[in-house]
Amino acid sequence: MPIISTSGLSRTFMTKAGPVEAVRSIDLTVRAGEIIGLLGPNGAGKTTTLRMLTTLLAPTGGAATVAGRDLARDPAGVREKCGYVAQSGGVDPHVTVREELVTQGRLYRLSKADARARTAELAGSLGLEGLLDRKTSALSGGQRRRLDIAMGLTHRPEVLFLDEPTTGLDPGSRTDLWELVRRLRDDFGTTVVLTTHYLDEADALADRVVVVDGGRVAAEGTPTALKTTYAGSPEATLQDAFLAVTGRAPASEAAPVAA
Amino acid sequence: MLLHDTSLIFGRYVRQTLRSRFQILFGILMPLLYLLFFGPLLTDLPLGSEAGSWQVLVPGLLLQLALFGASFAGFAVIIEQSTGVVDRMRVTPVSRLALLLGRVLRDALLFMFQAVLLVGAALVMGLRAPLPGVLIGFGFVGLLTVSLASLSYALAMRVRTPQEFGPVINSLTMPAMLLSGLMLPMTLGPRWLDVLSHFTPFRYLVDAVRDAYTGSYATTHMLYGVLVAVGFALVAVTVGTRVFRSAGT
Repeated sequence: MPIISTSGLSRTFMTKAGPVEAVRSIDLTVRAGEIIGLLGPNGAGKTTTLRMLTTLLAPTGGAATVAGRDLARDPAGVREKCGYVAQSGGVDPHVTVREELVTQGRLYRLSKADARARTAELAGSLGLEGLLDRKTSALSGGQRRRLDIAMGLTHRPEVLFLDEPTTGLDPGSRTDLWELVRRLRDDFGTTVVLTTHYLDEADALADRVVVVDGGRVAAEGTPTALKTTYAGSPEATLQDAFLAVTGRAPASEAAPVAA
Repeated sequence: MLLHDTSLIFGRYVRQTLRSRFQILFGILMPLLYLLFFGPLLTDLPLGSEAGSWQVLVPGLLLQLALFGASFAGFAVIIEQSTGVVDRMRVTPVSRLALLLGRVLRDALLFMFQAVLLVGAALVMGLRAPLPGVLIGFGFVGLLTVSLASLSYALAMRVRTPQEFGPVINSLTMPAMLLSGLMLPMTLGPRWLDVLSHFTPFRYLVDAVRDAYTGSYATTHMLYGVLVAVGFALVAVTVGTRVFRSAGT
């Protein structure tokens, strides 16, 4: 039984200039414990897809189940089972790391004592111990990102959605974050769905890459399979495969359709 | 659950407010200036009622405090949208109504606190009013704050930028203030203006609080004031909750 399955998931935005089909039709099957990389140019519909799967945005078509809960009928159930870290993170700059983590635990219905214990535990495993009493605005980029992820892990979700988790991080912090994602999967069996437009990230981290283009799944498979199928050889780069699939570079400066 | 969630969100925003002493006092500045520099002008004017000029002016200033303060509450949500705080809360199982109520109850508390300070200053200036009437006035300030802040948050969730939000709020609050008779009783004006002012909810609230300040509690004004204030709050909270549930377009 797949932990995520979607069929024909779509979202059309009504704008002054007429309807915009941000996501036309996404069919996706994810097995428990997989790390899935959603790869695609800006405006391909990656973020919109994540926002739908995390109940932030109602789909205008199609259906999905996440961790056994139906997205349309039981959005509250989906929220209990999944964590989401947006591109912008989502912590208040004026609040301390400890306060944000404890409040987040309480929002997930932990008791006060449990929320405090969980905060200490997360701080330990994400290298935030010495930073608990700092304001979040005083953290470095890499520390901030680890806090954002800690916030998404508070309730030990079965599925973690990460939207461009390494954008803006230095190479060292990026590698640390990849390690963290692998550890989550290896230690807790967490399923991770992340979007990226860094090909090396998808190549290094993802068990399976789903190339999204124009609001549809354009190709999917292991990085090796994609290279073999689309670029002719497993020694090819994912860049070659990506270009063959989409006909353009991944981070092209096309205006995003929907943030 | 609703109670648990609401108190959680309320606590978070109360702590946020307490960190910003400036915000706590800033809202009271405009009504205080009216009290100091406008109030004395009314002392010997015929205002068409038995009540003293302070009993006419202070209820208006209280509602002005709520009108201008709470209408701009949405600015905070626009900032929280851009930092991702709103979405981060919306992916948790927390009740959608609590996301709104926790915020507006903090606003109600803040503006009722400012109202107490304002009435304190007015007492020094010469206001004399019965205690129950003054307490009723605070109740109306609280209800109006809940209504306006809910609508303000709803608008802020929709527009996304301060550049869109500010002008809309300004263009609504100015006419609302002029038509509500906050500064001077509308009964002093021509009939058409008096009639027109009854199309704003604020008119009924002002009339009710002015009655309360003269010790008249069982009046038609009071009945309509309570009905309008409660009805307005129900509509506004419903609209606001719906936006928190469905936002993200």
